[in-house]
Parts: sequence; structure tokens; C-alpha cells
Amino acid sequence: MNIVTCIKQVPASSDVKVDPVTGVLIRDGNNTKMNPYDLYAIETALRIKEQTGAKVSTITMGPPSATTVLNESIWMGCDDASLLTDRKFAGADVVATSYTLSQGIKAMGDFDLIICGKQTTDGDTAQVGPEIAECLHIPHIAYVDKIIEVKEKSIVVSISMDKTVEIWEIQFPCLITVDKGIFTARLPSYKRSLEWAGYEIKQLTIQDMLDTDETHYGLKGSPTQVERMFPPTKNAEKVIWEQEDLAQAMANKLRDLKFL
Amino acid sequence: MGKLVIHKEKLTPEVIEQLIKVCPFGAIEYTDELSINSGCRMCKLCVKRGPQGAITYEEEKIQSINKDEWIGIAVFMEHDGHEIHPVSFELIGKAKELAKITHQSVMAVLMCEDATLFENEILSYGVDQLYIYEHPELSHFNVEKYTNCMENFINKVKPSVVLYGGTSTGRSFGPRVAARFHTGLTADCTILGMKENTDLIQNRPAFGGNIMASIVCPNTRPQMATVRYKIFPMPKKVVPTGKTTHMPITFSLKANANLLEVKLKEKIVDISEADVLVAVGRAFKSKDDLALAQELAELLGGQLACTRPMIECGLMDAKKQIGLSGRTVAPKLLITLGISGAVQFSAGMSGAQTVFSINQDKNAPIFDVCHYGLVGDAFKIVPELIKQIKIMKGVK
Repeated sequence: MNIVTCIKQVPASSDVKVDPVTGVLIRDGNNTKMNPYDLYAIETALRIKEQTGAKVSTITMGPPSATTVLNESIWMGCDDASLLTDRKFAGADVVATSYTLSQGIKAMGDFDLIICGKQTTDGDTAQVGPEIAECLHIPHIAYVDKIIEVKEKSIVVSISMDKTVEIWEIQFPCLITVDKGIFTARLPSYKRSLEWAGYEIKQLTIQDMLDTDETHYGLKGSPTQVERMFPPTKNAEKVIWEQEDLAQAMANKLRDLKFL
Repeated sequence: MGKLVIHKEKLTPEVIEQLIKVCPFGAIEYTDELSINSGCRMCKLCVKRGPQGAITYEEEKIQSINKDEWIGIAVFMEHDGHEIHPVSFELIGKAKELAKITHQSVMAVLMCEDATLFENEILSYGVDQLYIYEHPELSHFNVEKYTNCMENFINKVKPSVVLYGGTSTGRSFGPRVAARFHTGLTADCTILGMKENTDLIQNRPAFGGNIMASIVCPNTRPQMATVRYKIFPMPKKVVPTGKTTHMPITFSLKANANLLEVKLKEKIVDISEADVLVAVGRAFKSKDDLALAQELAELLGGQLACTRPMIECGLMDAKKQIGLSGRTVAPKLLITLGISGAVQFSAGMSGAQTVFSINQDKNAPIFDVCHYGLVGDAFKIVPELIKQIKIMKGVK
């Protein structure tokens, strides 16, 4: 059985500040980490590996520095890792990212199960998983919170909806996105980091893809465009109190507004 | 559609350094030469804020679709087999507003086993057309079957826009349809607008933080977006005038994922339905701290809610989280304690009617969105507030 987990390098902090004078986004581009939701995806894959002897591969799309998160996945216990990196992938939105990852997964060989984290902390769309599944013409189940059974040709999972819990059986090959807390993720092993010290991560460019048409990748393959960025609207009619007896003022107001 | 062009003749070591610095994504790198890597999000800050003329944005002519062929705004009707999810009606309300700008129609798309359960209610919200795919295989949401239906609908009817509720279902379904049509789907929009050329303006908080991005999808149709529950108000019912069309199912309803069982969860009180909420942020570090906030909530007949860090540190349950990645709430009264007010949080509470905020930092963004701001220490103000409320209510 072959499992692929899709992971992403994200900024270490989600706090983006806007310089009030220049309007420039202030973010430390050098501090990065693995998207925390991907840790659950890797852990889920490794648990299935322990049970079935599956081979677990990880894949990411990003700049050459994204090898950091791939190494981390190897040290956690994954068996190989591939980086999709090419200037032609730059500026990709959800559709182009999903398409690139699906092409990369095809280029890696046969797979039975793809596992993604439910979303990333920088994009927060939760869309890439389901879109990869569509690009590969395979079924998917999103927000899986429990693996119930791994069978020979299918997997049984549960998902938590607003009012109900649903149990689904999904045939291989398929894709699942896993929710936070499905398992507690292990830490990268120091021992493994020594054992795998010489491991070279595979680097794939557009030339390694089945589809080498540039217009399907990166900015050219992205239907959406960011037109502008702007600060959120402010509430003009606000009242700010800074005096001493704040509690009294608030209690009076609550009474006047008939909340008491 | 366009591309970023690096003008090598303008590059000096200083310019290169400035360019690398200006990119919030670390996507501009210098090894042998300056290049833009796959971290680029096309925010174009390097063009606007970088050294003049070093990187420019150049439009590229691309084959454009005929926008006149794609008409009307369609809303996916989500249901659990018994009732329509109210977010679907909220979207109909918004769709009617947007449709006025371009004089187009509003359509509802329903996949189900028995449409008579839902038909009258949907029409009562004033859609012009209701398209129904009715089959026992469609009794429950199944992403493969529903995507085949939506594909058929989009090919037959050619809507300009398709909207989905930002629920577990909508967020699994929308991306599938978007990838099939290779079109844009903007997740969790908080504002939607319409241009006269029928381009949908989709605004959402971006980059995890304090900024909004305005997104368009100018060269593909349909344009699609998901919107969380309670972002838009519930529209009023009208005298129905819309028409119903039953769509023939001429395609496969086979699926490789099948529902085995549905179990009812224990009913939990949902913060998105609450009238009064007291929300706490990471200043609340212990169970004792929370007890204080809980007491205030109970005195006001409300519930306790929180921000994302409170979930991450395990102090509170994920179902109590307000924000884009949690619940969207629209209570009559919201009191925030020690919450700075990142856009992600504010986006989840913009429907609150009256907001009181207590925070020590008078520059905190929460004071831009609240109605009554108290600059001070919540741990000093709240005990005194509880005392005052007890006096007013005549409680000992």
C-alpha cells in the first residue's frame, strides 16, 4: 500500500502587521514551520503504516527552502519525500496549486491513499485537498476525525458534522483530509535524523510532470486574482472609556440597553 | 492575467536587498541571479512598494470567455434530509442584492430525494428559479453524486455565479466543483459585491491576519464563493413568484465513497444561536480565570466563548471558538475580555448587535470594531462589574 501525504511550509507566526505609514505587510519571511494541521496527516499515515506496512511518501510545493519540512517528515518516519519546485509554479492560487500537486503525485508513481491536513494556517481555505482529489478523479472525504478500519480495498472513517457523526467507507485510491486531534502527532526522531542524514529529497520541476504545458501552472493556471488589499473597516460610532470607574459605566450602559 | 518582470538593468545590491525585504512571503531570492520562487502570491507589493521600476507587472492578453453567455446567480441548497440549512437562505438574500446590480436572476439548486419537503420554503425566499435534481440516491450529501449534478446544472444553465454555505458540506463540495470547471472558489468570504461587467467581488481576511483581500475571477465562469453561516442576515419571506424546473438525471450517480451510518450527536448548546456571549482570549490562563468570565456570562443569561489560542492550549472546546476558523456568531450582546481582535476573530462576530470590549491596549484592533470599548484590565473590571450587576439585579 502506498500513502502520500501533502504538506506545506507556512510562516511560523500568523500575525501579520501592517505598517501604518507605508501600508506594507510586515512579516518575517525567514521564520517558517510545517503547517500544524499537516502533522496530523503525517501521524495518520504513520499509524496506518504501522498497521499495514504501507510506504509513506510526502510531497510539498514551494521554494527550495521547503526541504526543511520534508526532512522533518522523514525524521518523523516517512519513507521518501519530493519537492515540487519551479519558478513556473509561482503565483499559484488554489486551483493551480491543487493541479500541480496532483501532477506531482502522478509523477511519483502509484498510490492508494492521499492524506492532507484539513487546511493550512496561512491560506486557511481548506480547499486544496478536495481539489487534488478532483484533479486525480478519485473520491474524497474531508474533515475525517477517526480512522475506524483500514481494509484491503477501502478505508472506513468517521466525520463530525454539526449535529451528527457520519461513518463513510471509501474505496482506494482516494483522498482524505484529517481534522486536528485525530491522533497526537509524534516528534521528529533524533535517531532517524542521523540515520537519514545523507538522504536527498527528490526535486521535481515542470519537466518531470506528465503535463508540461506552462499555462496550467502558477499564475497562468490561476483563475483568481487579488485585486487589492485593504485594512478592515472600522466602527465609526464607537465609544471608548478610559476613566476610573469603568465597571460602573459598563453596568449602567448594560442596564440602559436593557440587558439587565 | 499578467506576470512579474524583473528588470535586471535596475538591480544594484541595495535594490536587491530592498526587494527581498519587501516580499512578505520570502518569494524573492538571490542565488546566481534574482528570481521569484513558487512562494509568490502575486500580492504585487514588490511592484508597488519595492524600488521603482525594478519589478513591474505586465498584463498578458489571454483568451477571454464570453461573459454574456453566463447569466444569473445560483445558490446551492444544503440540507440534512429534513431541513434546509439557514445559510442557504442567507445566501439567497445576498444573491438578490447582487443580482439587482446586473439585472440578473437568482436561482436555487437542490439535490434531494423528495423535493416537496423543501420546494415551498425555498420559493418563499424569492428565488426566480428553483432547479431540482430528485432521486433516492441524492437523499444525503455525497460529494461525487452532488458534483455530477452540479456539473450538469452548470453546463445546462450557465450561471455566472455559484454560492455555497461555508459549512463542512459546502467546503467539501465547492472545491470539487471548482476543480472540475477549473474556476476560482474563494473560501469564507465576508463581503460580496458585484461589478457591472458581472465580475463578483469576493473579499476575505487574508494571510491569517489584519488585512482584507479583494479577489476576482475575471477570465473564468462560473465564479464561486463560500460564505460562513450568519455572515449575511436572514432575508424576509416574500410572496413566491419563482418557477420550479425538474432536471432529468441523464448522468451517473455512482460513487466510490458511501455513507454507512449517521449517528446523532449529543445536543450541545451552540454558541452561534446564543443571544448573549462573553468571549475570552489568551489572557485567561487557568480554570479560575475562566470561572470569572463564566460567572459574568451566567449573570447575563449567556454563554462563554473564546478565541483560537484558547482552543490550541486546550482550555476550551473547539465548539466555543468564535472566528473564521470557528463559529460565526450574531448575538444581541457580546462582551470580549482581553481579546485584541485579529481580523479572523472579528470576521466571526461582525453580526453582533452590541459589542463591549475590555482590553488593556488602547490601540488593539478590537476597539475598531466594538461599540463600547473599556481600556483597562479585565481582571480588575470584571469582578467589580459582577458586583454592580448583582446589586442592580438585587442578587446577594
